[in-house]
Amino acid sequence: MSEGVATEILTTHILDLAADGKRLDGRGPDEYRPVSVEPGFVVTADGSALARLGDTAVLAGIKLEPGKPFPDTPNAGVLTTNAELIPLSSPVFEPGPPQPGAIEVSRVVDRAIRAAETIDLTRLVVTPGEKTWVCYVDMHVLDHGGNLIDAASLAALTALTHATVPAKRFEVGESDYPLDVQHFPVECTYVRLGDTIVVDPTFDEEGAAQGRLTVATDETGRVVAMQKGLVGAFSPDDVKEVVRRSFAHGDRLRAIARGSPA
Amino acid sequence: MGSVGAKEVPVLLSPEGLRIDGRRLDELRPIKIEAGPLHQADGSAFVEWGANKVMAAVYGPREVHPRHLQQNNKAVIQCKYNMAAFSVDERKRPGLDRRSQEISKVIAEAFESVVFAEEFPRTSIDVYIEVLQANAGTRCAGLVAASVALADAGIPMVDLLPAVAVGKVAGRIALDLKKEEDNFGEADLPMALVPQSGRLVLLQMEGHMTPEELSQSLDLGVRGCRDIYEKMKAALRARYSAPSSGGAA
Repeated sequence: MSEGVATEILTTHILDLAADGKRLDGRGPDEYRPVSVEPGFVVTADGSALARLGDTAVLAGIKLEPGKPFPDTPNAGVLTTNAELIPLSSPVFEPGPPQPGAIEVSRVVDRAIRAAETIDLTRLVVTPGEKTWVCYVDMHVLDHGGNLIDAASLAALTALTHATVPAKRFEVGESDYPLDVQHFPVECTYVRLGDTIVVDPTFDEEGAAQGRLTVATDETGRVVAMQKGLVGAFSPDDVKEVVRRSFAHGDRLRAIARGSPA
Repeated sequence: MGSVGAKEVPVLLSPEGLRIDGRRLDELRPIKIEAGPLHQADGSAFVEWGANKVMAAVYGPREVHPRHLQQNNKAVIQCKYNMAAFSVDERKRPGLDRRSQEISKVIAEAFESVVFAEEFPRTSIDVYIEVLQANAGTRCAGLVAASVALADAGIPMVDLLPAVAVGKVAGRIALDLKKEEDNFGEADLPMALVPQSGRLVLLQMEGHMTPEELSQSLDLGVRGCRDIYEKMKAALRARYSAPSSGGAA
């Protein structure tokens, strides 16, 4: 197929540009595409947000329902994260059970939310061992222009930040109340293109990448999750450099996620 | 479609003949159609129809997956209608269910009736419909979105396919039910029209109607489809007459 040839030419071109610190879309190596969030995009959800990074669009929806705590954690609520890489969003996704890529996105986003203690799970419990709120974070990729992890993480955090616990609807309390979000984890993803490490890769840059690295930071200055993906390697110095860059990007993305609804 | 807690039947029709959202019996909800919002798909459309939000994307003609579905004399049209977990009041478990599969099938067959599939033998035209926010009438909103997406993808067709559902509100035939009306409705009749020929390529019905009511419903639905047809054409004109801005979703 001609597709393979085109990809090889494109990969070479992307790598040649990167050697001069340039990118196909004119960005610098440490520059994100335009970032935006739209909280409250879906009114049927208890919290939602459409996040966009350039051509990438991910919609996150929060649903809270009463359920049972896990037997081994009777004093903790339940948090479930799920990403759907639906075939609508890209020619590379096919219908069927979740592919490893979708599972990786869900798990990496889940890990940051969980490790940062974004939500105090103990406060979701209604009756210890018996009844708790189950918080579902569903992420729907609508347009796959690359860097799904950052877009999904930003959509999820924004949706959580603007979520409401539907206590009245489920007759658990007198009135609905805002979900208490106590930390604000944000993921920043980079790919290696030769000796250059660029942030917020596009779909084509991911195709050309010699390794991908994601770092999740929170607002207290902690690193809360990391993930190295794709074929390739990073030196410990690379990793330290990427962590340093992630705090600057993270603070900016956090401010976008926490912005009041338009 | 149940929600939690006891439900009382609301007043669905005022003495003045107005519905709960103030519409007349023959009035559509507000409809907004955007052609081409997605970047990766060959064609796409986003439809906001009342409180429904539906995205559709078209890929193809491209290679057929799975291979055994390939036809030597024409393209196959594969459709997937899917609801996001957060699109309804009670979270929908992600993945295939029987309702979605049936809807996907009848929508694919509706498009097979209008697409010139014989021009693209041994290929697949893949139609994806994602319901992001649901409020009754999602299959019609999905079909309208998919039809505009097919046109946006440049797939040759006899015509666009406007669609709408007719139902019964407080015993009266009404166009385009919203959720509260649908929940307590006595009938639901979704249809899709080929405006050029005046024929229906999707038709389903559930509930109770007399033959007279059915006949009235069909007439009302066809009129509704013709209104929607104009909005579909306007969306495509807006996309291709203005300089492309390429905005997402």
